[in-house]
Amino acid sequence: MSSNTDFVLAVESLTVSFDGFKAVNDLTFYVDENEIRVIIGPNGAGKTTVLDLICGRTKATEGSIKFRNKELTRMKEHDIVKAGVGRKFQTPSIYGDLSVFENLEISFPRGRSVFGALVFKRDEEVISKVHEIANMIFLGDQLDKQAELLSHGQKQWLEIGMLLMQDPDLLMLDEPVAGMSVGERQQTAELLRSIIKDRSVIVIEHDMQFVAQIADKVTVLHQGKILAEGSVDKVKKDPKVIEVYLGH
Amino acid sequence: MFAEYSSSELLSIFAMQGVAGLILFSVFVLMALGLAIIFGQMGVINMAHGEFMILGAYVTYLTSNLFSTYLPDFFSIYFILAMILAFIAAAALGALVEWAMIRHLYHRPLDTLLATWGLSLILQQTYRTIFGPREVGVTLPDWLMGSYQLTETIELPINGLFVMCLALGISLAVALLMYRSRWGTQVRAVVQNRAMAGAVGINTGKVDRVTFALGCGIAGVAGSAFTMIGSTGPTSGQLYIVDTFLVVVFGGASSLLGTIASAFSISQAQSTMEFFMSGSMSKVLTLLFVVLILMLRPQGLFTLKVRR
Amino acid sequence: MSLLLKSRAGIASLLPKKDLYGFLVLALILVVVLPLSLDIFRLNLVGKYLTYAFVAVGLVLCWGYGGILSLGQGVFFGLGGYIMAMFLKLEASDPESTKIQSTPGIPDFMDWNQITELPFFWQPFYSFTFTLIALIIVPTIIAYIVGVAMFKRRVGGVYFAIITQAIAAILTILIIGQQGYTGGVNGMTDLRTLHGWDIRTDSAKYVFYFVCVFMLFVCLFIAQFIRKSKLGRLLVAMRDKEDRVRFSGYDVSNFKIFVFCIGAIFAAIGGAMFTLQVGFMSPTLVGIVPSIEMVIFCAVGGRLSIVGAVYGALLVNFAKTSFSESFPELWLFAMGGLFIAVVMAFPNGLAGVYATYAAPKVDAFFTKLFSKTVAKNSSSMPLPSKPTSTKTESVSLPQGVIHEQ
Repeated sequence: MSSNTDFVLAVESLTVSFDGFKAVNDLTFYVDENEIRVIIGPNGAGKTTVLDLICGRTKATEGSIKFRNKELTRMKEHDIVKAGVGRKFQTPSIYGDLSVFENLEISFPRGRSVFGALVFKRDEEVISKVHEIANMIFLGDQLDKQAELLSHGQKQWLEIGMLLMQDPDLLMLDEPVAGMSVGERQQTAELLRSIIKDRSVIVIEHDMQFVAQIADKVTVLHQGKILAEGSVDKVKKDPKVIEVYLGH
Repeated sequence: MFAEYSSSELLSIFAMQGVAGLILFSVFVLMALGLAIIFGQMGVINMAHGEFMILGAYVTYLTSNLFSTYLPDFFSIYFILAMILAFIAAAALGALVEWAMIRHLYHRPLDTLLATWGLSLILQQTYRTIFGPREVGVTLPDWLMGSYQLTETIELPINGLFVMCLALGISLAVALLMYRSRWGTQVRAVVQNRAMAGAVGINTGKVDRVTFALGCGIAGVAGSAFTMIGSTGPTSGQLYIVDTFLVVVFGGASSLLGTIASAFSISQAQSTMEFFMSGSMSKVLTLLFVVLILMLRPQGLFTLKVRR
Repeated sequence: MSLLLKSRAGIASLLPKKDLYGFLVLALILVVVLPLSLDIFRLNLVGKYLTYAFVAVGLVLCWGYGGILSLGQGVFFGLGGYIMAMFLKLEASDPESTKIQSTPGIPDFMDWNQITELPFFWQPFYSFTFTLIALIIVPTIIAYIVGVAMFKRRVGGVYFAIITQAIAAILTILIIGQQGYTGGVNGMTDLRTLHGWDIRTDSAKYVFYFVCVFMLFVCLFIAQFIRKSKLGRLLVAMRDKEDRVRFSGYDVSNFKIFVFCIGAIFAAIGGAMFTLQVGFMSPTLVGIVPSIEMVIFCAVGGRLSIVGAVYGALLVNFAKTSFSESFPELWLFAMGGLFIAVVMAFPNGLAGVYATYAAPKVDAFFTKLFSKTVAKNSSSMPLPSKPTSTKTESVSLPQGVIHEQ
């Protein structure tokens, strides 16, 4: 099988099949330290499934996923999170009944056991961290608001903020600007650029303009396999990619 | 435990218990089919399912009385009409309940459970008020009485055989409806993606109502069939509801074949054990066994693996 | 109770003003008003109703907060009740008072069922200490096993409800079927003394009533502590977006198991208090029907309000008793209607109705009464669907966390 590597994430020969249908088929790719990797591809190419596999939501049929040389495929979801992998879902996944402050507080990496949660104290450290993150995600003045009442774009930011509270080494974002206005996209691109210091990021995105703004390297998936990989410009010119995804 | 029986006696015991099990199996299948449609396809928990069955039983009881009083010449065939009436009555009530209650609760399954439990209490009391608290039985036409002597030691009750045939027939009809008809496709489409089904022109509200009514109607027919092998009281429905839900869940809620297979294994286990220990213990052991298996394999016996 | 010994700020964050008033009013009613205004027969009935409140409070945590609907709380209520009853029954079955039996010294129902020796699992219940420990441990173990089996495999929602209901059915059939060991359908009756002290006297009933109220408040404080801790907020979060909590690094199943065990312990304490106050325990309190009725106590009170659960249990049972006395045939209609109404029209129960209509006025009243405390704008009352507004927790937070208003 795979050997130890310098990569943050090493995905090798990854396959998952649902009743014979291979949603991801013999996939191999590597993510470097502080790299922003964008995964693009047509609907049903297996993009979200790849993220599901990495964060443990779906169990792999075959292959290996190594994060800092730690095998993830047999770990529980919460242990994968503790190892340093954070994941944002496609539709904003926040706690509507809680306030923005409480949403962020829950992601603070302390008191994660039952007992820990019972005796968890909202101390100075937690409060200042929540304020710091809230300001980054443009929600500094909305802390008391019930999260359900936020706009769609604000919810997306809130979920990104929840991930930042976790401070993961590998951050995975599933279509972070979907459904956002042009202005919000611009703000989100800035936000992403500011949070990628000291961590690696995997982004799934359709908006090629946005991809060009942020990507170091692009992986194109098609029918569970890698169709092309490389810089934005290289991928854009690839005839196979134009054929199945970008169009003429 | 087997020592005191000879081998031919043992064979007869197993055969007779097997037949008793088959009858129990048919009853379970009839009960579970309606529920498999409502719970398995629509995801709605109907705790009043037993009361819909009892409605069918009471309709049969009324029809039987009506025929014996006014149309004694046709008494031998009243059962056919009774079943049709039972279906219509239960389905009509089902449609009404869906319209008044269930449709407001599709996104709150646990609340549906409580509301339908309330409905079941109301129906029970209604039956008690109308028909009295005592259990009633129907007179069977002659051709359904007696039994068929297979060998010297094995005999098959004819009413039991009739229930078996009925269960088989209705299962086939439901299977055809679900997997071969346009309506079945629509139901499955609505279950999988309500918004999309609506967008492609399926009247989701109507599909829901028809599905629910059909499930209730089948429960009515099941109740009608019950009168052939037992008597009916206002609270008879409640006795079956847990078994029925376990049958459906154990089979894997969305699989018709699974429902039938689980009805088979549960009924056979229970009736075979019943011979060697008290009825209550065999019931306890069967239920315990089912619960333990469900804990190990919560998705039931038959399910598909898909991306959640 | 060491919680209460902590600093004032700790108490303030545990019991924000609104909750404090709720607790105080309830305490006033249960400790002062009812004992002074009711005779011991009626007070004993209230005490019996309160034992269901234990279950309802547990259900607020499990169902209202955790989204776990157990239809088998009667199992734990019954376990608690039967464990207490076993101890009392053994004490009532000393050889002297059972000398007419063919085997003196064993409970009467065993004698009737031709059992000649006390079964091994009855032996330890001669010890009161063991009984008290078993009262907590046995329900916890069972809840833990069920919880691990279900929640670790991500079974929840209606499946969990059905399985717990099946467990309630199993236990009832087992108790009725094994009458030689359990007293069968009649249950364990004719319980007389606790350490030689007659539990059937009026004075004993008064004592048990106050013990029951005290234990209820212990449970209410534990529930309140859980609700106000991060664990309470996690339960709300899990109910909403379970996957998000999981991918924030929490083992979701552990929290569910925990809260289910707490609910089981509360129910078991309630069951034990039932046995002590009513003087018997029977399978009619274990099965499917009582279990689902306990859910309705919680729903009527308001599934998110722990104080509401107590009122829910009291009111529904009070209604049940008065209906059964005057119009027994109408009771099932009323109960059925209650189930439907509370789901379709009042999903937040009495607490929701109270918060919408009465709370602003009551708040104003209390603000006047305690005029030295800072006036609170009644319009800032959180809606019932938002149980954990930070505003009510603001007392313990430094400046800067709170904005607006």
